[in-house]
Amino acid sequence: MSLLAVEHLDARHGLLQAVRDVSFELAEGEILALVGANGAGKTTLLRSISGAHRLSGGRVRFDGSDVTGVRASERVRLGIALVPEGRRLFGSMTVEENLLVAGRTKRPGRWNYETVLDAFPLLREHAKRRSGELSGGQQQATAIGRALMTNPRVLLLDEVSLGLSPVAVNLVYESLQAVIESGATIVLVEQDLSRALRIATRVACMLEGRIVLEGKAADMTREQVTQAYFGLRRGDSGSAAS
Amino acid sequence: MWADQILQGVLLGGYYALIACGLSFMFGILRIVNLAHGSIAVLSAYFVWVVAEQFKISPFLALVAVLPVMAAAGWLLQRTVLERSLRSGALTPLLSTFGLAVVIDNLLFQRFGADTRSLAPDIGDLAFNSWDLPGGASVGQLALITFVVAVALLGGLQLFLSRTPLGRAIRATSEDPDTAELVGIDSRNVFAAASAIAVVTVAIAGTFLAMRSTFDPYTGAAQLIFAFEAIVIGGTGSLWGTLIGGIVLGVAQNIGSQINGEGFLIAGHVVFFVVLAARFFIAGRDPRTLLRALRGATARGATT
Repeated sequence: MSLLAVEHLDARHGLLQAVRDVSFELAEGEILALVGANGAGKTTLLRSISGAHRLSGGRVRFDGSDVTGVRASERVRLGIALVPEGRRLFGSMTVEENLLVAGRTKRPGRWNYETVLDAFPLLREHAKRRSGELSGGQQQATAIGRALMTNPRVLLLDEVSLGLSPVAVNLVYESLQAVIESGATIVLVEQDLSRALRIATRVACMLEGRIVLEGKAADMTREQVTQAYFGLRRGDSGSAAS
Repeated sequence: MWADQILQGVLLGGYYALIACGLSFMFGILRIVNLAHGSIAVLSAYFVWVVAEQFKISPFLALVAVLPVMAAAGWLLQRTVLERSLRSGALTPLLSTFGLAVVIDNLLFQRFGADTRSLAPDIGDLAFNSWDLPGGASVGQLALITFVVAVALLGGLQLFLSRTPLGRAIRATSEDPDTAELVGIDSRNVFAAASAIAVVTVAIAGTFLAMRSTFDPYTGAAQLIFAFEAIVIGGTGSLWGTLIGGIVLGVAQNIGSQINGEGFLIAGHVVFFVVLAARFFIAGRDPRTLLRALRGATARGATT
């Protein structure tokens, strides 16, 4: 049975329909990379799954239960955690406080304050600093650590490399490796196609709110993903790449 | 003489800080200017007075009995009135709390009439006893207790916000309610808890108001003004700023009364307007920055 199932999900921003009839399932331990151009609806889809964005149609099922009408905070208690785009840390609070405040859910699991600091060693020396004063990479590590503190069964990662230097991106992904190796179930929104294809077990490409390509990462070529990414027909990819 | 007036002003400031504590907490956390603040303080005073008279117990014991009820009232206030009002824009809570104040005042008038009452007779000598200090000054026992309670309450709230899981959740929710939801915090319940805490502090302040002076159903408006002046002087939303604001207001009023017999209230209002104007001027004389000016140097929340 799938851990997470999205069924015919529609989501709007006012008059704009950002996500159209999206369906997919995710089994425990799978890593799904959601790729697509800016405005394709990836972030809205993740926010809809997390409960941060109200659906205009469709359902979200988690572990067999319909969670469509469930508040975001309750979904976290059930085991769905989102690392939002832009980190959205509590800037006036220290790194330690950002992590501990998420630990209130008290879901059982391997993640606690110490294990998070072990996974993200760069946070240990900054634990007492206000999160608003940190660099982008340190903030992203804090945001991921904060989500892990809720001991999620599904981790939704939205653009973890956005706005970070290549060095910081590598640091964050090195730390994420420990999370991936723990068998976590992840939905990853990532603009870096190569990195997404390397990490993911499955890939879904979104275009104008729809999933236009989905499959196992191992079976998919970079060219296929690129064509879907830009909405190109076969044979057009040469001109798109140039 | 002047030293005594300043000392009495500092102690009076303790009362103002106490009455302003809940207003400051509510503004700092919930971003609501609660215009029913003074009326809730007077409602609490009546509640304590009724319990103390009915069961012939000390007002301090009656307060202990009343606090859980007021906490529940604060919770309900948030869930039924303030939460809905906030969804309709920043001005709606002003209207709804103003309406609530009118309702409370008139219900109290209908039930208790216009007679003034006081808890002073119920606390015996504490109401007028004082300790003499060298140089002819004296410190009223009740005034000193009020000051100590104000400092303990403000310090306790500060510790609560910075050291406890619920305190951290309140700060996180105050900073970004949507993101707080994403880390498992039910923002509705956390805001309701913050409102309950604020109303508990108002109940304590209302009881001290009733012990140090008389009150009637319409006493709340003046208390709201004093509380508002104290937190604007100290920087709205800042707990320690509230104490400083209360002291500055109390000292200004006492010095004003020393200069002129009718200068008590005027001096307080003048200091309030001078501080407000200074903040307004420093903020760049731009009306859009008025709110930031009101918040003062400690606008980063109640935790600073």
